[in-house]
Amino acid sequence: MALSGLFLIMFLSLHFFINMVSVFSADSFNAMSHFMGYNPLIQFVMQPVLIAGVVFHFVMGFVLELKNRSARPVAYVKYDGAANASWASRNMIISGVVVLAFLGLHMYDFWVQEIAYKYCLANPIDETRYYGELVHKFESPVRTGLYSVAFVLLGLHLWHGFTSSLQSVGFDNKIGKSLHKICYAFAVIVPFGFIFIALFHHFINN
Amino acid sequence: MKLDSKIPEGHISQKWTDYKDHLRLVAPNNRPKIDIIVVGTGLAGASAAASFAEMGYNVKAFCYQDSPRRAHSIAAQGGINAAKNYQNDGDSTFRLFYDTIKGGDYRAREANVHRLAEVSGNIIDQCVAQGVPFARDYGGMLDNRSFGGTQVQRTFYAAGQTGQQLLLGAYSALSRQIGLGRVDMYNRHEMLELVKVDGKARGIIARNLITGELERHSAHAVIIATGGYGNVYFLSTNAMGSNVTAGWKIHKQGALFANPCYVQIHPTCIPVHGTNQSKLTLMSESLRNSGRIWVPKKKEDSEAIRAGKLKPTQIPEEDRDYYLERKYPAFGNLVPRDVASRAGKEVCDEGRGIEANDTNEGVYLDFSTEIQNKGKQTAYAKGNHNPSQEEILTLGKKWLEEKYGNLFTMYQKITDENPYETPMKIYPAVHYTMGGVWVDYNLQSTIPGCFVAGEANFSDHGANRLGASALMQGLADGYFVLPYTVSNYLADDIRTGKISTDLPEFVAAENNVKDQINKFLSNNGSKTVDHFHKRLGHIMWNKVGMGRNEKGLTEAISEIAALKEEFYKDVYVPGSSDELNPELEKALRVADFIELGQLMAMDALQRKESCGGHFREEYQDSEGETLRDDENFSFVGAWENKGYDVTKSELHKEELKYEFIKIAARNYK
Amino acid sequence: MSAAKNINISLQIWRQKNSKEKGKMETYKLNDVSTASSFLEMLDQLNEQLVNERKEPIAFDHDCREGICGMCSLYINGRAHGPDTGITTCQLHMRMFNDGDTIVIEPWRSAAFPVIKDLIVDRTSFDRIQQAGGFVSVNTSGNTIDANATPINKSDADKAFEAAACIGCGACVATCKNGSAMLFVGAKVSQYALLPQGRIEATDRVLNMVRQMDEEGFGNCTNTGACEIECPKGISLENIARMNREYLSASLK
Repeated sequence: MALSGLFLIMFLSLHFFINMVSVFSADSFNAMSHFMGYNPLIQFVMQPVLIAGVVFHFVMGFVLELKNRSARPVAYVKYDGAANASWASRNMIISGVVVLAFLGLHMYDFWVQEIAYKYCLANPIDETRYYGELVHKFESPVRTGLYSVAFVLLGLHLWHGFTSSLQSVGFDNKIGKSLHKICYAFAVIVPFGFIFIALFHHFINN
Repeated sequence: MKLDSKIPEGHISQKWTDYKDHLRLVAPNNRPKIDIIVVGTGLAGASAAASFAEMGYNVKAFCYQDSPRRAHSIAAQGGINAAKNYQNDGDSTFRLFYDTIKGGDYRAREANVHRLAEVSGNIIDQCVAQGVPFARDYGGMLDNRSFGGTQVQRTFYAAGQTGQQLLLGAYSALSRQIGLGRVDMYNRHEMLELVKVDGKARGIIARNLITGELERHSAHAVIIATGGYGNVYFLSTNAMGSNVTAGWKIHKQGALFANPCYVQIHPTCIPVHGTNQSKLTLMSESLRNSGRIWVPKKKEDSEAIRAGKLKPTQIPEEDRDYYLERKYPAFGNLVPRDVASRAGKEVCDEGRGIEANDTNEGVYLDFSTEIQNKGKQTAYAKGNHNPSQEEILTLGKKWLEEKYGNLFTMYQKITDENPYETPMKIYPAVHYTMGGVWVDYNLQSTIPGCFVAGEANFSDHGANRLGASALMQGLADGYFVLPYTVSNYLADDIRTGKISTDLPEFVAAENNVKDQINKFLSNNGSKTVDHFHKRLGHIMWNKVGMGRNEKGLTEAISEIAALKEEFYKDVYVPGSSDELNPELEKALRVADFIELGQLMAMDALQRKESCGGHFREEYQDSEGETLRDDENFSFVGAWENKGYDVTKSELHKEELKYEFIKIAARNYK
Repeated sequence: MSAAKNINISLQIWRQKNSKEKGKMETYKLNDVSTASSFLEMLDQLNEQLVNERKEPIAFDHDCREGICGMCSLYINGRAHGPDTGITTCQLHMRMFNDGDTIVIEPWRSAAFPVIKDLIVDRTSFDRIQQAGGFVSVNTSGNTIDANATPINKSDADKAFEAAACIGCGACVATCKNGSAMLFVGAKVSQYALLPQGRIEATDRVLNMVRQMDEEGFGNCTNTGACEIECPKGISLENIARMNREYLSASLK
């Protein structure tokens, strides 16, 4: 979990960076998106690796949850989980499932349509279409709202997941302790950054 | 019966070495043919079981707890003594030997104690090799501290949890052997009878405490390492389950029980708070380095404090009686345990106790002077030569916290009082029993093949044990004595073969236990086991406690006899025999405590002298100190059981000869 | 200091005859409980009352009653060792409760800690983990090297001690939402990993102990940190990280 999680955090950082660019420059965003969409190394090596990473993280997440549940076959009548652990740490499966549902929608929105655009419809290459597509997605207030909620949950997932993954790989020394603050900052800044991007396009560009 | 202690000839420093060199051995190829039972998994039991298994014997180990790691050795706080002389303060094997004999008020056996001192260093080596994390200094070397009754720093420690760390070390060695299949471990099993075949110990009957099943286990030798019997007083610092049953069962089978009246009462425990109290908690002896013990000079002040009308901090300095400093100016608050305990009882008997409980028993352990002194010192050390009172208090409390923080927190959790602000309340409590099953130099009881180790035997501490010596003795017996002496005994058994558990002796022993259990369960009396245990404790504490006299002891003997009759007639034990039944477990233990209590009173009555923890009010000097009678009582009093009526027990005497130490009066003034 | 007073309480306690039969919660009333009593003394009082009423007393584990043997357990009002931190149940006092309170008492819940009776569970899985590697393979001998022959850095010795302070009570497992034993195993692995005497067998030790831990049916660690908070001895999560490091490097060897 920890290693795939850290890998996904790297991907998320990249994704965040590119999306953030859209706020400042449509052209740069288009150029980057085009590079990501048509570079063979990205398309045929990194993308499958990413998909494998995502699938592994989710499948293992569910397996872990099931195994951990079976470690306590009889539940407590009274269980005060909040007394000693954060909500985020105790409910990774909930935040994870929400993020997964969002990811389904997200994949449908972008990836499926992108594949259809490129390979099924065999449309010609258009290096300037990405920014428009992005802005269009944030037109609906409902969609933008759901998008924002999903990122709040992702934030909670990261709030626990990032430091937890460092602990799991045994990274717990002086540097590790100061890294924890960076982890928490990441867990706040990145998801809220995504929300900012969504709201920006929703209110400014639509 | 003639008691033969089997002490070898020769100079004291050579006895053990020479003796060991001439003991018989069992060859490695024969050891797997031999079974050894070890009852109890504290320091002595776990270390013995692990060592036997490493040698190649088949070992069966038993404990009543859910894991061998929980034996009560785990609760020892202060440390373990060893004559390593790492601190360059002139320590030696002889000095440790001498201090132990003197601390025991010249009632221990010279040869045993010297052997203990000889192997003390090996214990530390062995434990460090096992990964026991003793305290160290900045150079990476082992640290030491000092304890009562000595002038050297020979106590090794691991914070306030030395017993825990040593026991976990022995437990790890035992675990390794269990994992290798060399030890069969029986958790939640209690030994209820010894099985003798042709006069030799050949097995035990144990009850599986979960299923209630009685099991027969055979062996070529049986080791009893089941700790002390302090719980005869009901309230003590012992664990709730600590009991004398294994020791008492072998006593009834013919093993002599020695010096039962030697009980150590520890001066610094948290006082009794109420009638439902189950246990007394120790506050480490180390606190007496910083705390001053006092009670009000005036009875009225004590009464006002008990009534809640006065606070201790409101008593002016001139109205406080720092009675230890007053009576023992040379040692002050650091007199040995027995002396401090008696002095505390004395002031409470005068009506000056300060605890608002049924007995009004309690005295103050006050840290305010230390807070002032250390606060000022720390301020000066920081360059502040004119500290305000407030700064002094803050720094002084901080100093205390660094040194005793965990103890202060524990005290506050239990009493809900803040010892940084108001003095601690303390009172003596039963802590350790020096008496136990009589053993010879081989640690063998008067039953061949039945060995007794650790606190369960009587051998090394005389009439009073010094701090940090219990851990030393437990591990010495288990690691470095029994492996030699038991092998010597077993050398005869290489042709014996497996002992069958179908022998009539096993059947009879099992039936005995079954009868006793059924009797309790069908008794249908009207009072709980605890009711009787508390009453026994009451008699013991009042009449066979810190101060004893002929009248009280005589009364105790007959009161306990009556209690015993009533117990068997009127105790109610619920449940059945074929299930986990804690009330039944308690009933079986209390039955033995009652008989032991009677024997303790008899032993205290016959010992017409005061020595160590045994204080007979009739035998004190003009200043109220213990008065030994070396001419008439320099012996080990070993009792032989003569059946149901304990008063019929017969006393045997083993003369104590001091060839290498000159006997003198203990003086702490 | 608040003076001791007497309170009346209601108790909901898990009753289960043995490991095979089903259990259920039952309610008891108990009056005149001194707030100066320890929690276990309160249970003693209840048992005395039950025995006098010719009812079966409640079975619960306890022994030293001074917070060091690790025998007492109990899940009280949704928390391991009850509503206080840094203590075992035997050190919990009734002054933490109020007159009229209902107190819920359950056994440790874990697949690896099956209930034996009422509030008593079987924790021998911890023993078996220890047997799998929680030791230094040194036989008893009067001839090991002198204790001071190998200096040990004070900070390592102190950390090893802090890890070794574990009392094996199982609160970490009981409180962990995953029923994970990583704090217990991590503490043992750490103690030896930090000492030169333990380094020699470090690789096998961590692999064997973790294998045994998994076989016993404990859950996996998701680093919620609940164990560290509820641990009566304050064993640090650092020990889990250290074990993870040890495990990773042992797996790669």
